[in-house]
Amino acid sequence: MKFDNIIIGGGLSGLTCGIKLAEQGKKCAIVSSGQSAIHFFSGSFDLLGKANGEEVTNPLESMKSLPENHPYKRVGLDKIERLTNDALHLLVRSGLNLNGQADRNHYTLTPMGVMKPTWLTLSDFTSFDQKDSFPWKKAVILNFSGFLDFHTLFIKDGLKKLDVQAQIKTVSMKQFEAIRKNPSEMRSTNIAKEFDKENAIEEFAQKANVLSDGFDVVILPAVFGLFNKTIADKLKEKIEKPVLLLPAIPPSVPGIRTQITLRERFQELGGTYLLGDNVEEGVFENGRLLEIRTNNHGDIKFEADQFILASGSFYSKGIVATHDKLYEPIFGLDIDGDSNREKWFDEKIFNDQAFMHYGVKTDQKFRALMNGEPVENLYVAGSVLGGANPLKEGSGAGISLLTSLHAAEQILK
Amino acid sequence: MKKEIFEPYNVSDNNFEQCVKCTICTVYCPVLEVNPDYPGPKQSGPDGERMRLKDPAFYDEALKLCLNCKRCEVACPSGVKIGDIIQSARIKYSKSKPKLRDMILANTDIVGTMASTFAPIVNTAVALKPVRKVMDSVLKIDHHRMFPKYTGLRFETWYRRYAEKKQQEFKKHVSYFHGCYVNYNFPQQGKDLIKVMNAAGYGVHLLEKEKCCGVALISNGLIKQATKQAKHNVEAFKKSIVDKKMPVISTSSTCIFTIRDEYPHLLGVKNEEIRNDSELATRFIFRLIDEGKLNLVFKKNYKKRIAYHTPCHMEKLGWSIYSTSLLKMIPGVELVQLESQCCGIAGTYGFKKENYQTSQEVGKPLFDQIENSKVDFVATDCETCKWQIEMSTSSKVQHPISILAEAIDVEATMKLWQK
Ligand SMILES: Cc1cc2nc3c(=O)[nH]c(=O)nc-3n(C[C@H](O)[C@H](O)[C@H](O)COP(=O)(O)OP(=O)(O)OC[C@H]3O[C@@H](n4cnc5c(N)ncnc54)[C@H](O)[C@@H]3O)c2cc1C
Ligand code: SF4
Ligand code: SF4
Repeated sequence: MKFDNIIIGGGLSGLTCGIKLAEQGKKCAIVSSGQSAIHFFSGSFDLLGKANGEEVTNPLESMKSLPENHPYKRVGLDKIERLTNDALHLLVRSGLNLNGQADRNHYTLTPMGVMKPTWLTLSDFTSFDQKDSFPWKKAVILNFSGFLDFHTLFIKDGLKKLDVQAQIKTVSMKQFEAIRKNPSEMRSTNIAKEFDKENAIEEFAQKANVLSDGFDVVILPAVFGLFNKTIADKLKEKIEKPVLLLPAIPPSVPGIRTQITLRERFQELGGTYLLGDNVEEGVFENGRLLEIRTNNHGDIKFEADQFILASGSFYSKGIVATHDKLYEPIFGLDIDGDSNREKWFDEKIFNDQAFMHYGVKTDQKFRALMNGEPVENLYVAGSVLGGANPLKEGSGAGISLLTSLHAAEQILK
Repeated sequence: MKKEIFEPYNVSDNNFEQCVKCTICTVYCPVLEVNPDYPGPKQSGPDGERMRLKDPAFYDEALKLCLNCKRCEVACPSGVKIGDIIQSARIKYSKSKPKLRDMILANTDIVGTMASTFAPIVNTAVALKPVRKVMDSVLKIDHHRMFPKYTGLRFETWYRRYAEKKQQEFKKHVSYFHGCYVNYNFPQQGKDLIKVMNAAGYGVHLLEKEKCCGVALISNGLIKQATKQAKHNVEAFKKSIVDKKMPVISTSSTCIFTIRDEYPHLLGVKNEEIRNDSELATRFIFRLIDEGKLNLVFKKNYKKRIAYHTPCHMEKLGWSIYSTSLLKMIPGVELVQLESQCCGIAGTYGFKKENYQTSQEVGKPLFDQIENSKVDFVATDCETCKWQIEMSTSSKVQHPISILAEAIDVEATMKLWQK
């Protein structure tokens, strides 16, 4: 089977590459062994939240202080601002509603009740200009009875520090009786499926309106709109007070909706999305990757002019660590990381962990290195790249989006 | 000296230990969405397995509600064989005995032989309202279900009488695993396959003796019989693949999936020697075209708008791309790819009275998609999806091979390789 481009990995990076290339008329396929990290997404795309231990207000400015091998530096700071615009427009064209800008972080309230800086936030959630002031004085935090994945006490405590008086109330809904029978299934996605059917939203809004009497704002877990893309807006229309949604424990409802929205955009552009299939190996000749072999397709070759590796980090098995080895499992590409296991970790788990920076080695054009030589047509994008600790810096989605667009541009050149 | 053997404690044959508890699988389980009595893939699969290993009493009979659609496995980022874990647990721990009804539904070949022998009587009888009422109340086969019609002339008989001799005229050969449905209910499907393969330059042969793949036996808990049939089929496949160097193709995605994957995973029947050469006809034909070994010529006047539905086992195999690629090659076809969703029938599952409602609720989103797609008909690779869609929507369903058979210009295609 012949494509212009084949992308390995169907997470945020793979989909961004795929959408960009397909928009330019390329015939693309994405092969992904399973669902991706977007399922755990908080609802905000981070660009740079922390640099040199300091909170960042202007990510574009603070990037200058990043180490030279950081993916942003390697893409080139002269290109980054344009790429942040391109990324935003690509997401908007795909059907996501977002707020935020690259030269000034805004804040979102986390489920721990603290304000966190970020770049782009889904319109489900509320973006704040200031980190130390909250526009409302009295908040009611509503939870569903039996729902354990929304930690209302943390939120209440966090709000106290912002001088907000919060009260926790629970709502019972007969629509959830069925899922409540099985305590392990009272999860945000199952609640969201009930709301998706549109026969619980009216009643819930009425209850919320009664319970929020005397409060300035209603705080709810983000369990609205899994497959149904309009339900979050409907909710906000029906509730008389301002609504502030906060992420619940993953899997994240807005995250899954984001994944579906991007995947649909890719498919509408004519892209082929193959889920549940594992890329196992490649056939190389003269420094070029000719074809890949996958578990489902066996001897049927998947050929392409260019390939992109967007297989994620440790969590998605894009890179693998065993007790004595660190490796890239599909092709055995060169890894930027320490071969001495003792250097992987810092015993203090909240410190910057060395292994978080590990990833596949590339040349300046983001082509993968194999035995020290670049593979002419194999590009690398997203969290499988090394050189950053996205968790610590708050740069996960930014690195994925910008390196993916950069890799796609190398191909389109 | 005594060799030291490492005997890990609490380790199962499957890979439930790989589960990272992310609960992504539960998002995509079609049963969980409509039937709260089902514990869901995570709970029934890896979580339950941990408990069952400690004490089999933790086995929950609600696991029989699993459709074995494997959509959870397709979604799992950690590669946990959730569906296999659940099915294996049913095989290992279930104490409920198959009912007479289950035996009837499961023994598709024995029942098929009897029914097709008396086809006119059986067809009339099972179509009659009173008979269906009795089946409903006595056998608990839901009265909404129409049984697929039984044919008077079985495919195998037709083949021996009218097609066998001609197959020798070809230089290249394949065997055809037709499955029960083609044999007893819908021989036309097999005739279409022969037409297409002959056009492509291949003679089509039957296996020495094929037995039902056993999928319905497995899902109804008749494991001994399923294992016996599996072993028989693997031997029959070997005779074709290993001895005669003839690959085996099929038109049923479920039969092929069962033979390739469920035989080793659930029944412990080894199939390495035949697995790679047992596949769907659509994949076989696609490969020929992809490798430049075959060109199909299509009729100019074939014009259809078709929606493709991905059966669950095709989703798991990842093979629907072969069917859709072939359909897209037909110049007059406008293909609508339906969002991949379970139709709810899952073989014999939906025939059972206690499952009827779940079955229809699972399928509803798909039915709505089909009704809104304004197509001439639906294409799919699975016969039970076909029954379900035809019963639950206003649309007819055709197999991709039958569509090719209709759209292909046989003479022009043959001329290309006869040159
Ligand atoms: C739990 C978690 C939460 C996060 N939350 C946020 C957040 O809220 N905001 C933010 O900005 N960033 C967040 N991040 C950072 C995140 O890493 C990036 O935002 C981004 O989602 C990474 O995307 P990716 O496509 O590079 O990798 P992934 O999303 O990991 O996708 C890689 C894909 O490749 C597939 N794959 C791997 N190997 C193979 C193979 N051999 N064959 C086929 N397919 C293969 C995997 O199945 C997977 O689907 C989070 C990360 C994690 C782990
Ligand atoms: S998706 Fe896989 S890893 Fe996640 S809970 Fe389900 S079985 Fe476990
Ligand atoms: S096989 Fe299908 S029905 Fe069974 S648990 Fe998995 S997704 Fe649910």
